[in-house]
Parts: sequence; structure tokens; C-alpha cells
Amino acid sequence: MKKFNEEHEWVSLDGDIATIGVSKYAVNQLGDITFVELPEIGDEVSAGDSVVFVESVKAASDVYSPLSGSVEEVNEALLDTPEILNEDPNANWILKIKITAKEEFDSLMDEASYEEYIKTL
Amino acid sequence: MAENLLNTALHQKHIALGATNVSFCGWDMPVQYDSIIKEHGYCRQEAALFDTSHMGEFFFEGDVRSSGINEATTVNIDILAVGKCKYGFLLNESGGVIDDLIIYRLAENKLMIIVNASGIENDYKTIASRLNSGSLKDNSLEFSKIDIQGPKSKEILQSYFNDINLDDMGFFSFKETKIFDEYCLLSRTGYTGEIGFEIYVYNDMANKVWDALVKDGAKPAGLGARDALRLEMGYSLYGNDLTEDISPLEANLAMFVNLKRDFIGRNALLKQKEEGVKRLLIPFKTSSRRSARKDFVVMQNNEKIGFVTSGGFSPILGVGVGLAMVDVAKFDENKEFELSDERSSIKASKATLPFIKKG
Repeated sequence: MKKFNEEHEWVSLDGDIATIGVSKYAVNQLGDITFVELPEIGDEVSAGDSVVFVESVKAASDVYSPLSGSVEEVNEALLDTPEILNEDPNANWILKIKITAKEEFDSLMDEASYEEYIKTL
Repeated sequence: MAENLLNTALHQKHIALGATNVSFCGWDMPVQYDSIIKEHGYCRQEAALFDTSHMGEFFFEGDVRSSGINEATTVNIDILAVGKCKYGFLLNESGGVIDDLIIYRLAENKLMIIVNASGIENDYKTIASRLNSGSLKDNSLEFSKIDIQGPKSKEILQSYFNDINLDDMGFFSFKETKIFDEYCLLSRTGYTGEIGFEIYVYNDMANKVWDALVKDGAKPAGLGARDALRLEMGYSLYGNDLTEDISPLEANLAMFVNLKRDFIGRNALLKQKEEGVKRLLIPFKTSSRRSARKDFVVMQNNEKIGFVTSGGFSPILGVGVGLAMVDVAKFDENKEFELSDERSSIKASKATLPFIKKG
């Protein structure tokens, strides 16, 4: 099950490994993504930290980690083909982190709440 | 909406096409319909259609030599043949660019002057103040401007103009003709680097022309694609690369200015030329997919030596490209430099224009 934060990242959890991407809404706001700066494996992150930096034709934007933990894996395909985020933001993840606080995941919005949330923007 | 924005005659088309609109110089304009990169590709590979009706159209009637119009801008209208147009600048006394413009010689004593949307009011006042005879009218709100640009633009457009062979129209030439039996000025110009035409019609014809060209295969493209296209050619954008503080010499556009004849701002340019410009607009390429944007600082040898005036991603090259104003005395053009803001530092080097070679 995917959960979302207010900064438009999605997370799915498998054991203590969280897979993180950006929502369709975020991608539509950014437009064509041209560059993704990924963190190093092993980087420690706290929920709310900027963990990824994305440039699009129109703009540049930080991606904030929805959860705390350490970076376990990054999607290196994004270095040469960042446009896959535009093509399918739900399938194409950005990074995986080994989480340290499961309750942070529980407090995120479910998909229905997130859909309601973006209607208010 | 807080601002009271103007809509072009094609506004409903943009809404129907699902455009993302932005406020641009007082106009509500489409920045993209679907994807800037896709729309950029339509123009490079097929034919793209742009609504640029926000631009201004002035009409001058009077004697070119004695009215003051020939000294009002850098364009030497006196040697411009009827049926031709020329790019140039409206300068202040210090040689700074009030606007860049294109002047069309419609007849011996009749001109059309195309200016940027941002400059309509001020340009009109400035040009009018430099005239001692003749009449200048601002008809901007009566005209729509539709640009068709790209390798297929000629074949799409040809069927509408039975009396003109589009192959015979040279770059920066135009015809006053008819489309659907109504007035049309067809100009072999553009802002993309592709073969293309700019079509001026009265507002009530805009939708008919737009629909016909879309039906024939031209694909709508927004201002985002237009910006990416012009940047790949290194064309200046007023407000970014040209301002009242930047002269054509500093903008590396000396080839568009003939300093041997008189015009307002000439003395300042002559002085600049004699002393040598202290800063110069240079084209740059980043060494990655990263793009520097307007106002990024140019750093070389740990010193701030300039600023980015325009920057973005080139879909053709797959790297960032742009223009930066650098301090001539400090800049080493053979050495890499960094383009920085608070968040990023991007490696770049000097390039040559155009960034992409056409034809």
C-alpha cells in the first residue's frame, strides 16, 4: 500500500525497507524532468530532510524524505533517463531507505486522503 | 485571479487543449500543452504552432528619411526594400536596449514594427517621442500572430497561398496577402532556428487559421518550448539577455548594428566600442544534464565574474545551455567555470553559437 506526504512523495513499505518516489501530481507540476541528483548509499536521513534534487525544463525542486533511516539503494536509471519519472511516476521509484521509525510511516496519508489533500491545493 | 490578464483570440483553444497557462507580460499565455520536450520535438522534426499574439504591432506612415523614424531605432529603414524586414534595437541614450524589434517595410512610406509584449506601452511612447512627422499607431490588440515553425511548415502552409511560392520567400522577407479571403501578412521569420513563418491576421480570423493548420498537421506548442528552441539557437530574450542596462555590443549582437549611421544611442555605442566592452554575453554549455537558470552566478578562479541571463536544458544536446554576462578582464574563455546558486554548483564551459547546427 502506498502512503503519501504533503510534499508529494509516495512511500511503500516492505519490512523495514521503504521505497520512495514522487506522485503524479508532483510530476505534472514539475513538467519534463531532465536531471535527478541522488544521495549516496548509506546516507543517514531524517524525515523532512531534502534527500534528492530534481531539475525539470521549467524548474528545480527538492524531494524531502518522508521517513527517517539510511539510504539502502538508489534508482541509477534516473541518471541517464530521468524522463521515466514523467512516464510512470508510480512505478519508477527514486530511492529505498532502511527505516528506523515505523510510526512515521503510519502517520502518512493513505491514497484517498492524499487525493483529497491535492484537491485543496 | 489577482491580476487582470489579457487573453489572446485563441484563449479558448488553449483551454480546450488542456494548456498550463502562465502570466506573461500581462497576458495569460500557454506555457505548455502536454510536455515542453515533446512540443520542442514537434518543431525540430515536424511543424509546431505557436500563439504569439501577445506581441505588439505598430504601424508607421510617413517619410522615412525626414520623420525621425530612421534614427529612432538601430534599423536602417532607408536601405530596407519593400517586402523585407529587419531585426534591430530601440536604444536609450546610454546605448541600453529598451526593446528588440523587427521593422517591416510595407511600402515606401509605411512600416510595421513588431515589439515584445512587455514593451508595447513604453516602446510606443518612446518611438512617438522621437518623431517630428508621420503617424504612429499601436494596433497590437487588433492583431493575432500565429507562428508555424519546423521542417514541415512550408508544405502545410503552401496550399493556403496559391499566389505565392513559399520556396521563393527568402529569410526576413514577407508578403501582404490573403488567407480565407481575409488580410494576412505572411512573414518568413521565426524564433526557433527552423524554417518557418509568422502569420499576422486580424483577431476574428485567428481561430479559423489555427484550426486549419492544426487539421493539416501543425502541432500546438507553448512558450516553454519556444524558450527551449530559441535558447538552443542562442537567440536573445528581452528582459533576460537584453535589458535597459545591456547594450547590443555587450550582448554580442554588434552584427545587427551599423555604427556608421546615426541613431539614438549611437554615441554611447561608439564610446563603448572605442574603449572596448567591459562585459560580454557568452554562450555556455554545462558538462552534464544540469541546467543553470537566470541569475546563477558565474564563478571562475573562486571569484564571481558574471551572471547567467538565460539558461535551460537542451533536449537536442542533453546538457544545459544558456547565456551569461561575464567580466571580460577576468574571464578566461579556455577554462571551465561554475554556475552557482545557494543550492547548486554546475560545471560549464564556453560554447559557440548556435548550440545546435541546423541544415
